[in-house]
Amino acid sequence: MLGWGQPLSPLTSSLCLPLPGFRRWLCSAAAAPRVCVVGSGPAGFYTAQHILKHHGGAQVDIYEKLPVPFGLVRFGVAPDHPEVKNVINTFTQTARSGRCAYHGNVTIGRDVTVAELQQAYHAVVLSYGAEDNRVLGIPGENLSGVHSARAFVGWYNGLPENQDLNPDLSCETALILGHGNVALDIARILLSPLQLLRKTDITDGSLAALACSKVKRVWLVGRRGPLQVAFTIKELREMINLPGARPVLNPADFTGLEDAVKDAPRPRKRLTELMIKTALEKPLEKPLETVSPREWGLKFQRSPQEVLPTADGSRARGVRMALTRLEGSGDSAKAIPTGDMEELECGLVVSSIGYRSLPLDPAVPFDTQRGIIPNSSGRVEGVPGLYCSGWVKRGPTGVIITTMNDSFDTAQSVLEDLQGGVLDVSTSREGFGAMESILRSRGVRPVSFSDWEKIDAAEVARGKAAGKPREKIVDLQEMLRIIGPQPLLSDLCKWLLLVPL
Amino acid sequence: MAAAGPVQLLRAAAASSRRWLFSASPAAGTWPGCGSAAAAVRAARPFSLSARAVLSSEDKITVHFINRDGDKLTAKGKPGDSLLDVVVSNNLDIDGFGACEGTLACSTCHLIFEDHIFEKLDAITDEEMDMLDLAYGLTETSRLGCQICLKKSMDNMTVRVPEAVADVRQSVDMSKNS
Ligand SMILES: Cc1cc2nc3c(=O)[nH]c(=O)nc-3n(C[C@H](O)[C@H](O)[C@H](O)COP(=O)(O)OP(=O)(O)OC[C@H]3O[C@@H](n4cnc5c(N)ncnc54)[C@H](O)[C@@H]3O)c2cc1C
Ligand SMILES: NC(=O)c1ccc[n+]([C@@H]2O[C@H](COP(=O)([O-])OP(=O)(O)OC[C@H]3O[C@@H](n4cnc5c(N)ncnc54)[C@H](OP(=O)(O)O)[C@@H]3O)[C@@H](O)[C@H]2O)c1
Repeated sequence: MLGWGQPLSPLTSSLCLPLPGFRRWLCSAAAAPRVCVVGSGPAGFYTAQHILKHHGGAQVDIYEKLPVPFGLVRFGVAPDHPEVKNVINTFTQTARSGRCAYHGNVTIGRDVTVAELQQAYHAVVLSYGAEDNRVLGIPGENLSGVHSARAFVGWYNGLPENQDLNPDLSCETALILGHGNVALDIARILLSPLQLLRKTDITDGSLAALACSKVKRVWLVGRRGPLQVAFTIKELREMINLPGARPVLNPADFTGLEDAVKDAPRPRKRLTELMIKTALEKPLEKPLETVSPREWGLKFQRSPQEVLPTADGSRARGVRMALTRLEGSGDSAKAIPTGDMEELECGLVVSSIGYRSLPLDPAVPFDTQRGIIPNSSGRVEGVPGLYCSGWVKRGPTGVIITTMNDSFDTAQSVLEDLQGGVLDVSTSREGFGAMESILRSRGVRPVSFSDWEKIDAAEVARGKAAGKPREKIVDLQEMLRIIGPQPLLSDLCKWLLLVPL
Repeated sequence: MAAAGPVQLLRAAAASSRRWLFSASPAAGTWPGCGSAAAAVRAARPFSLSARAVLSSEDKITVHFINRDGDKLTAKGKPGDSLLDVVVSNNLDIDGFGACEGTLACSTCHLIFEDHIFEKLDAITDEEMDMLDLAYGLTETSRLGCQICLKKSMDNMTVRVPEAVADVRQSVDMSKNS
């Protein structure tokens, strides 16, 4: 292993800084602040963008564990929401700018430690999102037929680690646990007419599985009531308007709620009113396009207790729910079991109760209770020079704009610390130059942004043939093959000799 | 690694210039907003400067934006342009403005209007209300800039960019110090 501080051979040091002019600049000018961002989701890109914009000399390197960038914008956002992915245009502009570099296929905490990053950069921003999910912790949760929403979403969106999920869609009824927007995304994907999905960037494999799906009824089950749902109105309205699928809401669940939300903040009020209106609408007012219409509905005040196995114990056949009553009101109301139970039959269970961040490295404090890195305005508690942004800073909730705002907030902290001298930039740091040799010695092949653009072009070309915006490449090795071999050391030497000094 | 000297000062993050490069990319044909005139402007944006130049300055509508830091930005647009168009084509530097590029999928172009202007704006759709519900600092006179099209009667109006984060922080700008 090649550690920091070890003398680099002349060859490797010139490899780090192939352009002599650049090297001279590094030595003469007051050291340019070198900032490193871990994770290339919205948090990583918005943090980089803000620092680059408000500091004319900063250099920002973005490290990403996957070869491909953009985090949940690529692997979370539903394929039928292409407009949400327009933020990629801005991220691309940032990545292409001269003072920013993208290094994919590098897992921080495994290939490189945070301590190594801290030695190579003046500031390190952790924006690595939430790589895991909450678990229910109930019997039967690991039965076949039970999936986490995270894995299910990863499957249809082409996340390499979830390509073998192979969900069994041969049942008629699916149960989604949780009342968040992710739950609605999954319900919509399960019930959308195939001809709508076909035009999206959903993977070929999942499209084929959905084409054979027998699922025609989806229940979304929440432990609290209609006033506590976590999804937002746009997504609910989209579900209500989904062609070929009928909403089934029980009017009794909404009794008296109109009065209760009269003085509620506007978003809660409008959301509740839309549910009430839908519940009261006579079912046949909406034309039924298909012979056997698909349907979906919301069930409230049911807390999952056990996933029930089939007689042979091989897979899930339903979920036993504890009925609850609400103690308190509004957002803070608590679900208290009444003692009554109910069994809901289903062949597919998707647990959509939230994502969860993981600790990255022993050098980084982590609050396991809240699943975040403890911080104030993005400054990691007790570790000067270390920052965090996005879901790992705030917890796994919030839309892209929420993430943008908190990333700007973190970037602002970095800028303040640069200006106020909290970050010592009097000595220059080598940045990726130092990392490159470490990675090479460990057999890690970093992927540049122009490498990603090759993958991107290949995906778009494959999609074109099928009338889709892109066909995602779901295999890591295939991604690396498309990029082509890493330039050999000897090739680089030849190239260096050709560059006029 | 891309070698970059200090000369390569960039304003990558400017809410504006980037869209000139990418204006051909948005989701096909589903733009809500100001109807066909504005849609045509969007489609032709990279080439629309010359067309624009033909318009005499009297045909233009002046809009003042009060940015988050209190700075006043003044720009002009044509009747039918949306306020997002005005921000984009004048390179107005408003952080994070128009992230979804006018497709009603975010609320980053949220603007606050003067009462007398707000009252005369075209009726708001459910879809715009749905997105506004997620906006920071929602007020009684809030609308999404991508949905508001310039009219003669709006000449010299002032719109305010809402605070993004709850606690107002003194923003640091070191973009000119290297
Ligand atoms: C299913 C789903 C759908 C969503 N749909 C929408 C939507 O339609 N509209 C909307 O506004 N918001 C949506 N959101 C919310 C939005 O995706 C988040 O607000 C946002 O992505 C959070 O950004 P982030 O950068 O913190 O995390 P992420 O987007 O998860 O990015 C983290 C990145 O870090 C990388 N990483 C992880 N570990 C390491 C490591 N050790 N080393 C290097 N890199 C690492 C990951 O691979 C990833 O690329 C959705 C969320 C989900 C889960
Ligand atoms: N289109 C979009 O804009 C879009 C799409 C997808 C995701 N997102 C965003 O991404 C974020 C994450 O979404 P999400 O759906 O994963 O999370 P979420 O919004 O936090 O919803 C989680 C749901 O799970 C429930 N839950 C949690 N623990 C539970 C338990 N032990 N038992 C039963 N139910 C439990 C919660 O109920 P309680 O309230 O009772 O805890 C809640 O209904 C959200 O901010 C979301 O808005 C946005």
